[in-house]
Amino acid sequence: MRYLKRTWPFHLMLLPALALLIVFNYVPLGGIVMAFQDYKPWLRISGSEWIGLDNFRLLFEREDSLQVIWNTLVIAVFKIILNLLTPLTFAILLNEVRQKYLTRSIQTMVYLPHFLSWVILGGILVEFLSSDGGFVNRVLHSLFGVKPIFFLGDGDWFRFTVVVSDVWKEFGYNTIVFLAALAGINPSLYEAAEMDGASRWAQTKHITIPSLIPMAIVVGTLSLGNILNAGFDQIFNLYNSLVIHKGDIIDTFVYRTAIQEGQFGFATAVGLFKSVVSMILIVISYRLAYKLANYRVF
Amino acid sequence: MYHKTVPYRIFNVINTVLLAAIALICIIPLVHVLAISFSAKSAADGNLVGLWPVQFTTIAYEKTINNPIFLHSLWVSVERTVLGTIGILLVACLAAYPLSKENAQFQGRSVYSWVFVFTMIFNGGLVPFYIVIQRIGLMDSFWVLVIPGLVNVWLIILLMNFFRGIPKELEEAALIDGSGYFGILWRVYLPVSLPALATLGLFAMVWHWNSWFDGLLYLSSKEDYPLASFMQTVIVSRDMSSMNFSKIEFEMLSQKTINAAQIFIGALPILIVYPFLQKYFVKGLVMGSVKE
Repeated sequence: MRYLKRTWPFHLMLLPALALLIVFNYVPLGGIVMAFQDYKPWLRISGSEWIGLDNFRLLFEREDSLQVIWNTLVIAVFKIILNLLTPLTFAILLNEVRQKYLTRSIQTMVYLPHFLSWVILGGILVEFLSSDGGFVNRVLHSLFGVKPIFFLGDGDWFRFTVVVSDVWKEFGYNTIVFLAALAGINPSLYEAAEMDGASRWAQTKHITIPSLIPMAIVVGTLSLGNILNAGFDQIFNLYNSLVIHKGDIIDTFVYRTAIQEGQFGFATAVGLFKSVVSMILIVISYRLAYKLANYRVF
Repeated sequence: MYHKTVPYRIFNVINTVLLAAIALICIIPLVHVLAISFSAKSAADGNLVGLWPVQFTTIAYEKTINNPIFLHSLWVSVERTVLGTIGILLVACLAAYPLSKENAQFQGRSVYSWVFVFTMIFNGGLVPFYIVIQRIGLMDSFWVLVIPGLVNVWLIILLMNFFRGIPKELEEAALIDGSGYFGILWRVYLPVSLPALATLGLFAMVWHWNSWFDGLLYLSSKEDYPLASFMQTVIVSRDMSSMNFSKIEFEMLSQKTINAAQIFIGALPILIVYPFLQKYFVKGLVMGSVKE
């Protein structure tokens, strides 16, 4: 009782957030049973037929769902690798620019796309990359005489465009953590290297890069949890029927099968498959980040 | 003195040019679309516009601004952003304060923490969430844009870490003076956390302004859409039925220039708060990472 007397304000303060979490995060967990049902909206969960693991069997037998899992993996893996290496390289290069105003202007420009939504950027890119006289194709044609490229109309080009445009949107923002790590390097290390006559490249190799490795390990391991996250917002706003075979990903597939085709049970199973795999990977990656780089979130 | 060596100077020039080029690539698509929005139909449709308007006109903006559905969606976006941001900050302050306490001072804290963190690593997926929204009657209601987003665990953790950096002596002194915890949160913690709250508020604002999928999914009537969802249907899905063109207007206006104008108006609020964002988000990111 004395405990409650002392801490009741804390419980009361947590009440709003807790109530909302229960309604919007914990109650939906009950809906997971739909993954094991032939769910019909008019029968609701209580009246729908149980079919055990049939939906999951379907997931691994249907050609389209297997293709979707493969697309997701391909796109996500390329994004994870490039979203680690590009900001890392950019941060090291930006660190060499000595004029403060230049550094700041470059930062202002590269951070910007991160804050715009994929609806806006999707609209911009559809126009910018159009095969019918879009800006990029016009430039490529006048410089190199290249025939129009179907950036968003050909499956392989679509994957390429999705990965590159995601890196384009996020690399600037992802640079921030590395710039912070660079600012934390003890200047006396460089001074000592200078005294010993080390070239700038030698300094980069032996001081700069090793100091960035812990942060790179953290970013790299934490992004493991995204291996089934190929970017719903982006794909949804860029894809079309021409590229659906190579461009469809788990999240867009779930949306279409559930909301447009009404296969609720199957869609729930696909979503659950993604959630479970992601959770396992997130737990592993946080363990790894803690072990390798002593990183803790909470 | 590597700065003075010839190879380093050559590297430095190439490096600066390269980085400047990359930076330009980040904004050129936006400049291109801005140029289209101020160009005439013939120039836009004939693919003659580069990075500067051709046959300057503001007709696309005039038409967009006079479209009642567009204006209404703009208003819905403003409403959801203001109410949503206030709500997120309120819930986050109330939750982050007790969570920032030591386990000794607030037993039960770690249980609560797990309840919060679990939602970050696991969710039921789209379909069960959709059904819950349906059952609790939020479908087709404005509040579906605000209420489900009120708890943002990521922002709560950010704020919690900031609260932990506030010296305990402040709280202890207030406790001795007879203040309750609500009073301490209101009169001690919040006043010294204004920069952190500004950061959180900006993040929440951008998130709300950019959210489009909830409107698309839970609102059946296009008249109720927030701007981001409206733009999704008009620009990306190319559904022009809500644009109310007369025949003459169709001849004068190009879908391209109208889309470009809408894209720019939709991005404008973000561009306006961007200088503040840039000032605060670096702090926000650093704030969120606590090394123990």
